[in-house]
Amino acid sequence: MKVLVPVKRVIDFNVKVRVKADQTGVDLANVKMSMNPFDEIAVEEAVRLREQGALTEVVAVSIGPAQAQDTIRTALAMGADRGLLIQTDQDLEPLAVAKLLKAVVEAEGPKLVLMGKQAIDGDNNAVGQMLAALLDWPQATFASKVELDGEKSAKVVREVDGGLQTLEVDLPAVITADLRLNEPRYASLPNIMKAKKKPIDVKPAADYGLDLAPRLKVVKVSEPPKRGGGIKVESAADLVMKLKNEAGVL
Amino acid sequence: MAVLVLADHDNAHLRDTTAKTVTAALALSPDVDVLVLGQGAQAVAGAAAKIAGVRKVLLAESAELKAMLAEAVTTVVVPLMAGYDALLTPATSVGKNVAPRIAAKLDTSQLSDVIEVIDGSTFVRPIYAGNALETVSSSEPKKVITVRPTAFKPAAEGGSAGVETIAAPAVQAHARFVSETVTASDRPELGAARIVVSGGRALGSAEEFKAVLEPLADRLGAAIGASRAAVDAGYAPNDYQVGQTGKVVAPDLYIAVGISGAIQHLAGMKDSKVIVAINKDADAPIFQIADYGLVADYKTAVPELMAALG
Ligand SMILES: Cc1cc2nc3c(=O)[nH]c(=O)nc-3n(C[C@H](O)[C@H](O)[C@H](O)COP(=O)(O)OP(=O)(O)OC[C@H]3O[C@@H](n4cnc5c(N)ncnc54)[C@H](O)[C@@H]3O)c2cc1C
Ligand SMILES: Nc1ncnc2c1ncn2[C@@H]1O[C@H](COP(=O)(O)O)[C@@H](O)[C@H]1O
Repeated sequence: MKVLVPVKRVIDFNVKVRVKADQTGVDLANVKMSMNPFDEIAVEEAVRLREQGALTEVVAVSIGPAQAQDTIRTALAMGADRGLLIQTDQDLEPLAVAKLLKAVVEAEGPKLVLMGKQAIDGDNNAVGQMLAALLDWPQATFASKVELDGEKSAKVVREVDGGLQTLEVDLPAVITADLRLNEPRYASLPNIMKAKKKPIDVKPAADYGLDLAPRLKVVKVSEPPKRGGGIKVESAADLVMKLKNEAGVL
Repeated sequence: MAVLVLADHDNAHLRDTTAKTVTAALALSPDVDVLVLGQGAQAVAGAAAKIAGVRKVLLAESAELKAMLAEAVTTVVVPLMAGYDALLTPATSVGKNVAPRIAAKLDTSQLSDVIEVIDGSTFVRPIYAGNALETVSSSEPKKVITVRPTAFKPAAEGGSAGVETIAAPAVQAHARFVSETVTASDRPELGAARIVVSGGRALGSAEEFKAVLEPLADRLGAAIGASRAAVDAGYAPNDYQVGQTGKVVAPDLYIAVGISGAIQHLAGMKDSKVIVAINKDADAPIFQIADYGLVADYKTAVPELMAALG
């Protein structure tokens, strides 16, 4: 049984994001890029399931510029078997990403798509749900635990606003990873070397013949309002006095 | 133009996130209907009908809708959208789960986590953990939008809309509800509380997290939140997580205890009215956004705070 893991190349989560002066976007020049953290969690889960024998092949797919090959290499170094880059320099919207992933699913025939719940650049939290809709597959989003019952179904614990919800979904299905699903491994040096020999297919996005044109127009990207600087208080008593008399919140 | 709002509720009570989403909807159109999906949710529908500005309430009930399974919700909403130009849901775990599925079925793009409606086609939303605000315009004939509830005031009460029951079509169930673990608490809900007390990695254990934060929260009538580090370490349940990828809160008062102030945490609380930070490291980034900073060990500072509150 094959699993597909979509991985996105995004700004590293530790980088301080700066908005460009001309308000056309954020400054990505000479900025460290990494695999979206939620996708690392998805790769880790897929590799563990293969190590346990529940899956046979882990295919990592990324949609993005040529440099997204590095992101795929990271997935391969973590244990994915092979990669696919759908190359485009366009910044695609979630619906377009989902349409491309649907085409990949149809070509590859995985029984499971394991992916991140959210890309930390656009913060859309949409592609997994959209892909499930386009495929007419069930979805289990925000997963903190995944148990496969052969090729039949998956029991998934989901992180929801009130606590935890457990669902059973028939396979094939789309599962999106939340933070508590696992702690991704660091790729070892030998595995990084081995990953260099694993195959990555590259296909131009245009070859899929899909309508990927943007539906939304970015008018501007601006800085959020800054909070005025605060003060340090001397003691807890001083704090309570100020909260009562100055801030008026107690 | 007519707008459909998906209600947020627990089958017994309507959450104020619904009235806040109605406010966003009314900025788009005067014709706003509310859809209540659930089971045994008549009282919820009644409460939705009382929101000022609501034209009509639609109610559909079934077991799958009680669990708000994405497939079931989509099956009800997609055909209804023939009569609407936009669907708005609060950006709750349910809204985030179902809205993109509905959008894809309608072949429309989604606008996630909208914080401002500029006009009928232009919206503002945070990106990069709130480090940038994106103004986007959408010419989609049908819009699907999740709304960040903390960015909108709740619509007033005083409406008297009618409630219309609609059928919940049967779905071929490829997803089944198994169970649910709800974090039990008498405290206010995190997203709706006037005061939030949050704890971080500094608390060191689940026992200490409880022993230090619960009395303070109870004294203040506050909800309890946590950083990701505290949740990952098992000091607090997952639904306490505040941040970019957890809950977004904007209470009158947010007290961060032993939290460093990573951007991912700030993304979930920096719109609070007043922020207090208690941290023993004077250089902790949380102090850059705190209105009142107390450089101290929480072990002495929190008991002193309790004493000062009387
Ligand atoms: C994809 C992704 C998503 C994330 N999403 C979120 C999110 O939604 N929410 C979130 O919170 N984080 C999130 N994070 C994690 C975030 O980057 C930080 O790691 C996390 O917020 C740190 O938690 P903390 O402040 O409790 O711990 P630390 O950073 O370890 O800070 C602990 C603080 O406690 C102070 N301290 C220690 N002892 C004491 C004492 N005795 N008295 C007083 N102070 C003391 C220290 O000075 C320190 O400042 C995310 C990270 C990633 C990669
Ligand atoms: N360009 C992309 N290439 C591969 N996977 C992607 C891409 N964009 C989004 N994804 C996947 O979709 C998930 C959710 O992204 P989003 O809906 O954009 O927040 C991510 O965690 C990835 O797994």
